[in-house]
Amino acid sequence: MDVIETDIAIIGAGGAGLRAAIAVAESDPQLKVALISKVYPMRSHTVAAEGGAAGVIKQNDSLGFHFHDTVSGGDWLCDQDAVELFVNQAPLELTQLEHWGCPWSREPDGHVAVRSFGGMKIERTWFAADKSGFHILHTLFQTSLQYPSISRFDEYYSTDLVVEDGRCQGLVAMEMRTGLLRMFRAKAVIIATGGAGWMFPFTTNGAIKTADGMAMAYRAGVPLKDMEFVQYHPTGLPGTGILLTEGCRGEGGILVNKDGYRYLQDYELGPPDPWPRKKAMELGPRDRLSQAFWHEQQKGRTVSTRWGEVVHLDLRHLGEAKINERLPMIRDLATSYVGADPVHELVPVRPVVHYMMGGIHTDIDAATPVPGLYAAGECACVSINGANRLGSNSLTELLVFGGRAGRHAAQYAREARPSVDGSLLLKRAETARKRVTDLFLREDQGKRIALLRKALNDAMEDGAGIYRSEESLKKSCDELAELRRCYGRVHLEDKSNVFNTHLIYTLEVGSMLEAAHAIAHSALQRKESRGSHQRLDFANRDDERYLKHSLAYYNADGDPRIDYLDVTITKSPPGKRVYGGDV
Amino acid sequence: MNQPRPYVREPSRTTWYLTHRRYMQHMAQELTSVFIGAYALLMLWGLRALAAGEESWQTFLASLGSPLALLLQWLVLAATLYHTVSWFAVTPKAMPVQLGERFVPGFLIAGAHYLAWIVASLIILYFAGVL
Amino acid sequence: MTYRTIELEILRYQPETDTEPRFQEYCVPCEEDWVVLDAVNYVKDHLDSTLSYRWSCHMAVCGSCGMMIDGEPKLACKTFVRDLPARKIRIEPLANFPIERDLVVGMDDFMEKLQRVKPYIIRDQQRPLADGEYLQTPAQLAKFKQYTLCINCCCCYAACPEYALRSEFIGPAALALAHRYNQDSRDHGAREREDIVASDEGIWDCSFADACSQVCPKHVDPAGAIQQMKVGATVSWYQERLGLRKKTGAENK
Ligand SMILES: Cc1cc2nc3c(=O)[nH]c(=O)nc-3n(C[C@H](O)[C@H](O)[C@H](O)COP(=O)(O)OP(=O)(O)OC[C@H]3O[C@@H](n4cnc5c(N)ncnc54)[C@H](O)[C@@H]3O)c2cc1C
Ligand code: SF4
Ligand code: SF4
Ligand code: FES
Repeated sequence: MDVIETDIAIIGAGGAGLRAAIAVAESDPQLKVALISKVYPMRSHTVAAEGGAAGVIKQNDSLGFHFHDTVSGGDWLCDQDAVELFVNQAPLELTQLEHWGCPWSREPDGHVAVRSFGGMKIERTWFAADKSGFHILHTLFQTSLQYPSISRFDEYYSTDLVVEDGRCQGLVAMEMRTGLLRMFRAKAVIIATGGAGWMFPFTTNGAIKTADGMAMAYRAGVPLKDMEFVQYHPTGLPGTGILLTEGCRGEGGILVNKDGYRYLQDYELGPPDPWPRKKAMELGPRDRLSQAFWHEQQKGRTVSTRWGEVVHLDLRHLGEAKINERLPMIRDLATSYVGADPVHELVPVRPVVHYMMGGIHTDIDAATPVPGLYAAGECACVSINGANRLGSNSLTELLVFGGRAGRHAAQYAREARPSVDGSLLLKRAETARKRVTDLFLREDQGKRIALLRKALNDAMEDGAGIYRSEESLKKSCDELAELRRCYGRVHLEDKSNVFNTHLIYTLEVGSMLEAAHAIAHSALQRKESRGSHQRLDFANRDDERYLKHSLAYYNADGDPRIDYLDVTITKSPPGKRVYGGDV
Repeated sequence: MNQPRPYVREPSRTTWYLTHRRYMQHMAQELTSVFIGAYALLMLWGLRALAAGEESWQTFLASLGSPLALLLQWLVLAATLYHTVSWFAVTPKAMPVQLGERFVPGFLIAGAHYLAWIVASLIILYFAGVL
Repeated sequence: MTYRTIELEILRYQPETDTEPRFQEYCVPCEEDWVVLDAVNYVKDHLDSTLSYRWSCHMAVCGSCGMMIDGEPKLACKTFVRDLPARKIRIEPLANFPIERDLVVGMDDFMEKLQRVKPYIIRDQQRPLADGEYLQTPAQLAKFKQYTLCINCCCCYAACPEYALRSEFIGPAALALAHRYNQDSRDHGAREREDIVASDEGIWDCSFADACSQVCPKHVDPAGAIQQMKVGATVSWYQERLGLRKKTGAENK
């Protein structure tokens, strides 16, 4: 097998991966970086983020407020040391991005402008119109082009980590244009592969968000943390799942049911002021808003459309000029994909799977329990997001912890012992290769992979949606176990080498099955309701038993083992989450 | 075996502009400059005739009046108009004018070109004694 | 809820078995608000899993799904089936690029050009992070904003006649990106970029066919950017000859 030698290998070139690569290059230009991505960096799904990135810079705001909004937003499941570090670093990272050229929207005097987001006491979201993630990603990518120590391996699909002698020493990846598998031998590896929304049928995530990194780490023995927490965003376009940013509501948009009634006031989020009150109504946190939709639907107060049940987002009162300045892409997306121009019409929306709070277990330095292996971005769980991520914290997280992953990996690589005998690593890599080549050898006997994915989607939607129960989760767990068995028999319908997207698709479904399995079992075991994890059979939060992170450990032939880890609490003891007029 | 073997579609060097209306329009625009160039040569020839004396100038003028010459001049006029109009239409792209956060609307910039054109024409007509 | 059945005529090329591309037809039952990408995905999921193409976001922002749709370079995820006149839709890989396989084209050339125009902030002097952000007024932002909107979909390259004839041409998107940084009030790199931008392969290769801007799904107007750079380069050429401006870095070297 071909071997590529490098110092640090980064899997994923989205916001987190690029930030990590630049951090390595800046902290030590001697270290060789291999930046590996299954798509060209600017296609990474960070590109789709619209609303913005949170960081305290205005006089009326404080780091303490950002800290508290984040911790209470996460229903006290966040590690508070991590959150503190995060809010402290956020302004610096966002300023750094400004220095690198990010076209942030501005105040008339030239300072960076901020907008409101859900669950925030004070507006603190930096934004670049409604294409914030797009601009962040392109700024990072373009900036990365000036560092000669970064070598890109675009359209390389990573399949497995190489762990030997108790530490991570590389990975195996397939060059998609030839189908060749190569081993990257590295002193440290950073996983930055993003989320996993594609395991659900209706999601804001792009087709590339398939849990690959989570599955790679999981199979290598790293636990997946807090996987049961899956965020539904309250305002997705029906049909496609395209997101309408929370910025719509930050700018003053309101949500109404079929009677034109601002129904959120019925869910402890009122009063329904005509102006956007912080942390109330439409500016409540995402979990609450998505749950409110569910209840409205139960009450028959949602609107039936050809795409199913929806409520309406009303932006008309913002006026054309403001919509064009602040939300131009939203206008374009709503007009094109559902035929409703927000300047003149109500836009149909419904909750949609958006974000994975859980992920690869890391500490505050982005290090996983396996030495030499780091993770950052949506694929990781530090955890600053707890049971429910606050809107606009994720983009900042990519920068803060992407940067940390890069610097800490660099330090580790400088100090690392020389790696073990190369032939041992090659042997590991061969095992990884066999996992792929075996697929080529299988005869036609199993289910078609497209059907398998459909079954996976259904199992997740039915069992692990906004509201869950013992019964629904058990059923999902059983179905997933069955699907994993089926997966062991899938065969390839396309056995070519060059750009075989069917093969990639098959491997991706494999990754998603593993991560889904961890989600369903973690959810089944957590017998309480907290943040985005709502159980009909255990309606309350239970700090006594579950103020803990769940850790799912891989088990090749059976159910994952679920373990628990204490939450780090430094200054904010668990309290009641209060939104609406009582704040 | 795993060598990539990309397939390259070569465009025809001689007929590529026939493949799309957009290219034909572009080539038409480019082609009209030939007429404009030809007319400039004609002017030079006229100048030479003028320098050579009254008689050759009169011959030159007479030759301009022949039906064929008239036809050619109409053609040149048409080509020039086409070239000018299509060129003015894209001037706002090449020379945007920013006022504060907004850009001056394209039609004003194109309009300014038309205005300058008219003014220049009037001046020439004035000196030519037509006005 | 089936809306109408369309025929997709897709150019296929599998380098391991084909010597040259060939068309293959598929019948797809389309729903009312489907985009072309939905129809292609239908083929992949239900009719022919060997079809290869790129896509991810399905919201016209990742830039993966540029392809020739009835002869025009377009984003498959933003082209609605209902807007296409015929029952038959012809889909080919982006023109002017080598076909790697099916609808997947080689991007190496473009990626290399993107890098060559130095698309990052170049400053005479860095400002320490602790001193906060650079001030930039909304008017200064408006000056280059449009040119930041490029999603690198390469539709413009597929339309550009100059790129078709001379592949060395740096081309619309990369040049527009150079202009984006040149126009940014925080940047001092315009002269450094001039070496490449105003070279033989740069702006002077553009004949202002405007094709790029007409097909750009994000209204970036690369043709405009290039013409503005031509005006700028011409002015600085005269300034240099008249001794009003020092020569560029390249000529000093
Ligand atoms: C529509 C939308 C809007 C959002 N808006 C906001 C917002 O306004 N504010 C906010 O804070 N957050 C927002 N988020 C969340 C945030 O954008 C994401 O969590 C974040 O961008 C994830 O970045 P990442 O770098 O971790 O991963 P991605 O950007 O998803 O990048 C993953 C990278 O990993 C690579 N990769 C994956 N698997 C493999 C493999 N097997 N081999 C090789 N490479 C691989 C991919 O190619 C890609 O380069 C939004 C999310 C969505 C979907
Ligand atoms: S304007 Fe220039 S870059 Fe654009 S299509 Fe025409 S020749 Fe190509
Ligand atoms: S300029 Fe427009 S057409 Fe060209 S790559 Fe950018 S977005 Fe695509
Ligand atoms: S799929 Fe992303 S641009 Fe079309």
